[in-house]
Amino acid sequence: MKIQANLAIGGGLTALALFVGVFGPWLAHTDPIMDANLMNAELSPSAEFWFGTDQQGRDIWSRVMYGAQISLTVGIGSQLINTAIGTTLGVTAGYWGGWWDDFVNGLTNLMLAIPSLIFALAIMAILGPGLTSLMIALGLTNWSYTCRISRAQALAVRTQGYVQAARVLGYGDVRIMFTQILPNTLGPIIVIATLGMGGTILAEAALSFLGLGVRPPAPSWGSMLSDARETITTAPWLSLFPGLAIFITVLGLNLLGDGLRDVLDPQSRSRR
Amino acid sequence: MFGFVLRRVLQMVPMLIAIALLIFVLFSLIPGSFATGQQDEGLGLDMAVVARMRAELGLDDPLYVRFGRYVQQLATLDLGISFRSKQPVIEMISARLWPSLSLTAAAMGFAISVGLPLGFVAALRPGSVADLSLMVIAVSGLSLPVFWLGILLMYLFALTLGWFPSFGYGDGGLWHLALPAMALGVSPMALLARTTRAAVLDIMNADFVRTARSKGMNEFRVVVWHVLRNALVLVLTTIGLQFGSLLGQGVVVEKLFAWPGVGSLLVDSVFQRDIPAVQGCILMITLFFLVINTSVDIAYKLIDPRIRYT
Repeated sequence: MKIQANLAIGGGLTALALFVGVFGPWLAHTDPIMDANLMNAELSPSAEFWFGTDQQGRDIWSRVMYGAQISLTVGIGSQLINTAIGTTLGVTAGYWGGWWDDFVNGLTNLMLAIPSLIFALAIMAILGPGLTSLMIALGLTNWSYTCRISRAQALAVRTQGYVQAARVLGYGDVRIMFTQILPNTLGPIIVIATLGMGGTILAEAALSFLGLGVRPPAPSWGSMLSDARETITTAPWLSLFPGLAIFITVLGLNLLGDGLRDVLDPQSRSRR
Repeated sequence: MFGFVLRRVLQMVPMLIAIALLIFVLFSLIPGSFATGQQDEGLGLDMAVVARMRAELGLDDPLYVRFGRYVQQLATLDLGISFRSKQPVIEMISARLWPSLSLTAAAMGFAISVGLPLGFVAALRPGSVADLSLMVIAVSGLSLPVFWLGILLMYLFALTLGWFPSFGYGDGGLWHLALPAMALGVSPMALLARTTRAAVLDIMNADFVRTARSKGMNEFRVVVWHVLRNALVLVLTTIGLQFGSLLGQGVVVEKLFAWPGVGSLLVDSVFQRDIPAVQGCILMITLFFLVINTSVDIAYKLIDPRIRYT
């Protein structure tokens, strides 16, 4: 099969982001928090400081490298929570039907009725700032699409011959859901999780930008941009690089998601 | 038609109550309260004062009593009294409603007026340079953090070129609205362009379009009468869905541009632990989203008579 451009570019950019996320501490030149030196404050990009320095003289390159860890941890962590909640609710609702299905449907509609960033903001207000709170807040608020898709898939599959055969063979409900239904929903779910991860990384950056996510001095890309606002006239590079890092990471995930959809969920082509 | 509209509007009521319950329960989980919060802040309140404040604010009653009281208040459009400013929350929100509505409408206006024609042009010439450039713009627009875009626009158009003010509401006119609306509108514009392109491409190949052409209908009429009308249903769905993220991102844009809307009130209230104001803002934003979605549903029926609701 010919590898599509979006799959190749998206995969490459995502691999780059993951590489920086894992090896960031080795790629960084200095400690992102402790190595402040006011003598070096607001230096423009140079051979020594590739991305320049911030108001406290910290190396922006090092902070951007460390920032990848935060963004990717929140992105992957919250997407795992979303997928677990969405798939469990969706598959059980589709398979069992009845009052449970009605309940899950109602819950999904309720979730879709509240703008997800507003909902996440409310949860952050309750849990307080921090990495774990971010993962929980973004993980509890973005599962509705996964739930809808896996429910629809479970509904379509549950009357198929092989599911009935499994039932005749005496398989329990949980085993049928895991071995017969779940594998059928995996393609679309991987696509939604990839596309959703871009969204949660943007949401993490937005919450940190508002001061509700990861608090300074931790080098979150969002909070770096929040600090950079004040020096936009004197040191515009402070705004440039963290924003570019978010953009490249999310662009990679969006392209990868699009490419995966063409491969794993070809029917959706006609839906788009 | 009237019955349908009435039914759709009435369907909003149970949803609104469910949302109110969810928000209410969530905020009842907050450890501590406004009263103990003030003690934590070193205001030196002793336990007797805290107990009196709790009793005055009704925080000692059981959860269901408080929820009953809350729903009763909501029914009379009473969102409670702000813990901080001691003003009725509904008054605080009303004062900020117009700036938020104008920003949201301007952003969506920008998205529609740019995204729709772009998507349409790209679909009429698939594979062309215009089409490819549009796809690049669309994917990039969807990946841009809205506040970063806001900062870049501010730097370029306000601080460097001096064309627009860098922040603030001013008299609320287009002059002040331009940059925040553009920052907020780029992402829905990108999605709208993409959806329009896909919808128009699909419909161009449909049987009824081929039939219309073979009957000798001129191309302009084919495009306007058949293609545009059919694409509109899908485009409308995208617009409705995009309002959710527009309202969420609006909070960030309002904070960035010091825009005095409901979103910035929400963020300020979160920092001040002003629970009635936070609940009120979330409820108001959600109500607005519900109204939009209901209007989109009603608009479907006007555009496409094939759609039947049971």
